[in-house]
Amino acid sequence: MFKFDKLVFGDSGWGDEFLIATLMTLLVSILSMGLGLFLAIITVWAKIIQNRITRFIANFYTTVIRGVPELLVIYLIFFGGNAVVMSIAKVFGYNKYIELNALTIATIAIAVISATYSSEVLRASYLAISKGQIEAARALGMNKFSIFLKVISPQVIRHALPGIGNVWQITLKDTSLISVTGLVEIMRQSRISSNVEHSPLTFLITAAILYLCLTTISGRVFKTLEVNYSKGFPT
Amino acid sequence: MIEFFSNIQNSLIYKNFFLVLSGLDNTILLLLISLPLGFILALLFALGRLSKIAFLSRTIASYIFIIRGTPLLVQIYLIYFGLGSVKFIRESFLWYALKEPFWCGVIALTINTVAYGAEIFRGGIQSIEKSQVESGLSLGFGKFLLLRKIILPIAIRKVLPSYGNELILMVKATSLVSLTTYMEMTGIARKIMAKTFAPVEAFIAAGILYLFLNFLMVQFVKYLEWKYNPHLRLNN
Repeated sequence: MFKFDKLVFGDSGWGDEFLIATLMTLLVSILSMGLGLFLAIITVWAKIIQNRITRFIANFYTTVIRGVPELLVIYLIFFGGNAVVMSIAKVFGYNKYIELNALTIATIAIAVISATYSSEVLRASYLAISKGQIEAARALGMNKFSIFLKVISPQVIRHALPGIGNVWQITLKDTSLISVTGLVEIMRQSRISSNVEHSPLTFLITAAILYLCLTTISGRVFKTLEVNYSKGFPT
Repeated sequence: MIEFFSNIQNSLIYKNFFLVLSGLDNTILLLLISLPLGFILALLFALGRLSKIAFLSRTIASYIFIIRGTPLLVQIYLIYFGLGSVKFIRESFLWYALKEPFWCGVIALTINTVAYGAEIFRGGIQSIEKSQVESGLSLGFGKFLLLRKIILPIAIRKVLPSYGNELILMVKATSLVSLTTYMEMTGIARKIMAKTFAPVEAFIAAGILYLFLNFLMVQFVKYLEWKYNPHLRLNN
């Protein structure tokens, strides 16, 4: 039933494969979280400037992606992404077959999902900044860019950190869905190993423990960051 | 005009739409069993988590920790592939349920939603003002009466918005059950894609149906909030 002796490192076990898979999960999570935050900032910007069209597009994007299962979004980008990229390349006169690699597609797919959650967190924490501060900064003669850099973003980071921590946990767990695209991360590795060794229980429990470790450790990291960023504020 | 409609009727999305629609009942069946069951169990687990019996509270806390720390996909695979590989489970009565992808899906979804729901309800119960409980006690309410008449009604009302979020996450989570060969909407969309090599049309048809399902869920939660929070209604 259990074959935990198969988890040793080296040629006879799956230990090193699982280590690489764990690093792959972390890589995809970090890349897509970063890209997601970037997309989220654009989305928030589109929502808060007084423009009906950009606001409609941003609202449409967040509503649709949050209302559709993550698996469906991943399938759509995995199977439809190549066609979109090729049709864009065609406009620029490039007619050869293009295939995006699994890591790129995984990162884009998870980022598109995670950006919708991040954008809600960031928008809420932007709205939590009192208007008086921005007005005061303007009265001091600061330009838009330095207001963003020195007044808005430090406070947004402090307000948003707990929420972003939650989004990170969701993103980390969503990467397990990427296994359907064939990218070898923890989930895919556990399926491969259990098919070879005929012991799904062993390797699925291994995967569960690895995810548990990742979520717990990153939870700790976010706690420390929160403490760090709320120095001087009563908690 | 007629040309326009015949174009729509011949389009792939339109045809796929009805094919995917035939999987809607399977999706709803999953939800109809796992959501009510999850609701009741989550309430019980929240009460157990808050009980003074240290063993019970700690067991439930670690259950919640494990379930919330691992992806749902791992849980579904563990139940469908993992438990199915154990010999004595295959020979016991449990096998009647566990050999069906449907029941594996229901079990996994229920286990998952109970963990999240219990945390939501715990927050609701803990946010009740002490004076409410004390006034109940001063009226001579017993423990059970206190729970039934004061604690649970207030707690459930308070957590309705966040429990609504959990319900929507559950609607989306049913799509993962398709990975255990269960033919609900996502499974059918994938089958269409394998047949027609037109992925975008198949998945957009499924996406529209999921959006519609979630829209209904949002309206349902809004109605519940409107009904059970009359003091928060804007205009009477």
